[in-house]
Amino acid sequence: MRPAFFKRPYRKLVPLALAAGLLSTGCGQQYVLLHPVGPVGQQELHLMELAAIAMGIVILVVFTLYFYAIIRFRDKPGNTAPYRPDWHGSKWLEILWWVLPAVLLTVIAIPTVKTTYALDHVPKGKDPIVIDVTSLTWKWLFEYPGQHVAAVNQLVIPTGKPVLFELTADSPMNTFWIPALGGMEYTMPNRVLPLWLQANKPGTYIGLSGQYSGTGFAKMFFHVKAVSPAAFNAWVAKTRKTASPMTMAVYDQLLKHNTTGQALYSSYPKDTFPTVANGFTLTGSGMYMVMRDKNDITYMPMQNP
Amino acid sequence: MRPWFIHLIKLLFPPQVLLPDIVGIDIGLTLSALAIALYLTKARRWGWLWREWLTTVDHKRIGIMYIIAALIMLFRGGVDALMIRSQLIVPEAHFMGAQQYDEVFTTHGTVMIFFMAMPFFFGLFNVAVPLMIGARDVAFPRLNAISFWLFAFGAALFNISFSIGGSPSAGWFSYPPYSELQFNPGVGENYYLLALQVSGIGSIATGINFLVTILKLRAPGMTLMKMPLFVWSALVTSTLILFAFPPLTVALGLTMLDRLFGASFFTLAHEGMPMMYANLFWIFGHPEVYILIMPAFGIFSEVVPTFSRKPLFGYEAMVISLLAITFLSYGVWVHHFFEMGAGPGVNVFFGLSTMLIAIPTGVKMFNWLFTMWGGRIRLSVPMLWQLGFIPTFVVGGASGVMLAAVAADYQYHNSYFVIAHFHNVIVGGTVFGLLSGMYYWWPKMFGWKLNERQGRWAFAFFFTGFWLTFMPQYFLGLEGMTRRMASYPPGLGWGGLNAMSTIGAFIMGVGFAILVYNIAWSRMHPEWDTTGDPWDGRTLEWSLPSPAPAYNFARIPEVHERDAWWAMKQRGETDAVKLSPDQVEPIHVPKNTPMPICLAVSFFVGSIGMVFAWHWMAILGGLGVVAALAYGSLEDDTDRELDPTTVLNTEKRLGRVHP
Repeated sequence: MRPAFFKRPYRKLVPLALAAGLLSTGCGQQYVLLHPVGPVGQQELHLMELAAIAMGIVILVVFTLYFYAIIRFRDKPGNTAPYRPDWHGSKWLEILWWVLPAVLLTVIAIPTVKTTYALDHVPKGKDPIVIDVTSLTWKWLFEYPGQHVAAVNQLVIPTGKPVLFELTADSPMNTFWIPALGGMEYTMPNRVLPLWLQANKPGTYIGLSGQYSGTGFAKMFFHVKAVSPAAFNAWVAKTRKTASPMTMAVYDQLLKHNTTGQALYSSYPKDTFPTVANGFTLTGSGMYMVMRDKNDITYMPMQNP
Repeated sequence: MRPWFIHLIKLLFPPQVLLPDIVGIDIGLTLSALAIALYLTKARRWGWLWREWLTTVDHKRIGIMYIIAALIMLFRGGVDALMIRSQLIVPEAHFMGAQQYDEVFTTHGTVMIFFMAMPFFFGLFNVAVPLMIGARDVAFPRLNAISFWLFAFGAALFNISFSIGGSPSAGWFSYPPYSELQFNPGVGENYYLLALQVSGIGSIATGINFLVTILKLRAPGMTLMKMPLFVWSALVTSTLILFAFPPLTVALGLTMLDRLFGASFFTLAHEGMPMMYANLFWIFGHPEVYILIMPAFGIFSEVVPTFSRKPLFGYEAMVISLLAITFLSYGVWVHHFFEMGAGPGVNVFFGLSTMLIAIPTGVKMFNWLFTMWGGRIRLSVPMLWQLGFIPTFVVGGASGVMLAAVAADYQYHNSYFVIAHFHNVIVGGTVFGLLSGMYYWWPKMFGWKLNERQGRWAFAFFFTGFWLTFMPQYFLGLEGMTRRMASYPPGLGWGGLNAMSTIGAFIMGVGFAILVYNIAWSRMHPEWDTTGDPWDGRTLEWSLPSPAPAYNFARIPEVHERDAWWAMKQRGETDAVKLSPDQVEPIHVPKNTPMPICLAVSFFVGSIGMVFAWHWMAILGGLGVVAALAYGSLEDDTDRELDPTTVLNTEKRLGRVHP
């Protein structure tokens, strides 16, 4: 006899309930990771989906075997299922489950390698806008070396253009994360790490830290405003005209252990971003970056052999 | 008042330990301690406590003490968990301040891993391994007691930070430079460093002890490939401990030098290298999670055959997969920080090695399923935990593979997706496994069974609560919520799932409360196990009476096949374990000794000295350690002999002598 739950009229409710459950869990706009607005987040999402499908197959297979085994092989009087008290192995079955996971993992592994290498560098032939990010205790400092402006806890970027973030910390480690655009990267003291992202749609996105760094850590949210290139240039010009300059005294204020609101600066001092950092190569972008001094960042074209 | 006195009081009782709830708990704990002391005095049990427990070297009693301590720590870590979830139930809740929240998640992680899970399975190793291999004790009984007391005083050291000086707040991973003096000036972090060092010495010693026990003390005929799978898991866990803990010792030691002696290995200033700590910590930390899961794999490999009435499917593959996981576990640590800029080459290597681990783990899963296949499954409580484990662990393993896809991990990293993943494997794997093992071997430890009906309820609540707590957290991760946030703003859509998660956590809490009630009730209404074999077991420990006599085996059994006891039962040769009066030999047993507890107390005193930088006290503790070790080395009279009549009388009373 089938359980009463699956009898009419309840039977129709099952797919409905399932659909409602899925809708409420998977498709809402609050699932930022599932609605990326840039190429980095989109490629990462593709990889996530592929892995989820492959792993869904594993889960389905195991759950099927599991429920079948429990129901069929219960120790109940009158159970007619075959009882094989000495069955302790089968060469072919075992070969099957060494091979099966290996195949599924290969399916995930190949795109993993491809995407990881692909996202490591700014796509060839594209000229990124560079933003220097410093995590402070507990705030974010964004400096635009090309535009000579700076901002605290707010970020304005042009759409349709790769943005290369150079990340460091004058604080404990944090991670710099804009979920709508793509994955995170650590900000570490005494090191500079690169991360590139891109927004294809104008809008305001949430950024935050993913690495615990003290009592104010949960307040380290910042707003990312993606605007058209023209609007971006207008914003730069306006900031240079209307905002006040950031002096060393202002920077020392920022180093205090507290949370602050947003701020804009028309210029910033030389020595806030690490003056001595390991140079790093952005192999795919055809650029080699040399960082010797704050105002002496040069991008040298790599010689193609 | 003198200034030094005021300074001392401020040092011992900073504002963070003077919160009303903490003071309330302090008072409660002090009263309970007084009540216990009063009871012991009234009932004249101090001598009993000292002779039978505090100085014992019997592996069975040490095992029981480990498990009791682990359950207490499970309670503490669980209360921390409920506090975390209470804080997060709605956006911008003010259940507690950010500082207290940071302390609570730090102690939750540290307590659960180092002072709950590890001692719990050390306890089960102690209880079961010697009995399963037909040994009379572990290889080094005194070292075993030293391990236990170092763990116990390490745990005590960690826990008193709650009342005196302030809890650590840098997370269980304690990444510098946040854990350095510049950002974390209190003594809490020192407590963390010292407590883990002290209990870590105990853990390494346990690793050595069980490695030697299993390699040298097996009963005649029990070749490696005839060992029960739980013994195999103890063997590989011991190996993992031996090679994984030294990097932790180094990482903690260097941090201690930074904090106490002004070094700058990992500091912000003087070009410290925080990433070096991350590497050292996770070279330990990743094998550590396999240290936590392997014993559970072993327990399930005993429980499934017993309750399916079938031998383990694919024994050789089970052993090979254990060894493969052990080997691979040393080559995956970078997956904890793909985002620290090691470059795509390194990241891809570690991502793929992480995926590789899924293969032997998947093999184990299928072998357990096919052990049940064609069997006769009894849904006793140990088996229920096992049946809860399979779906939970499969989901956790699957999300683990998703995390190993490097580029995708850039999005998942440090989000609630990760929290859901590792609770799926650590609670669904380790904790379900430990509780399964506890219910399974409980009659062997105490001679009475835990009530089945209450056990089922405990499982039902814990299991349901678990799924309700952690499934929403995967989706919180996809919503971009990062871990360790003391509060979160409204408007991001995180509220509903967090509320569900909190409700689930409290259902788990009810499950734990039923479990404790289950133990207390069953103690008062004991269902005695008179056969010694309550589950119709397969391995040698079930050939002994429950509880086993101090010397375990009056006569060391001879083993001819796997599942030796099952085979004896099948052939109707169970009388072979009984003794003939003419076979009785004298038995050497180790003598009780106060040295282990004195050693641990010295470590404790010295550590307190280090925590508060009172160097005289640190030196005093160090001298105590040297003195205890010297006493231990110079003492000759460490064994005693049980004469044949005593053995014969004991065995007669247990009905195990041929007429």
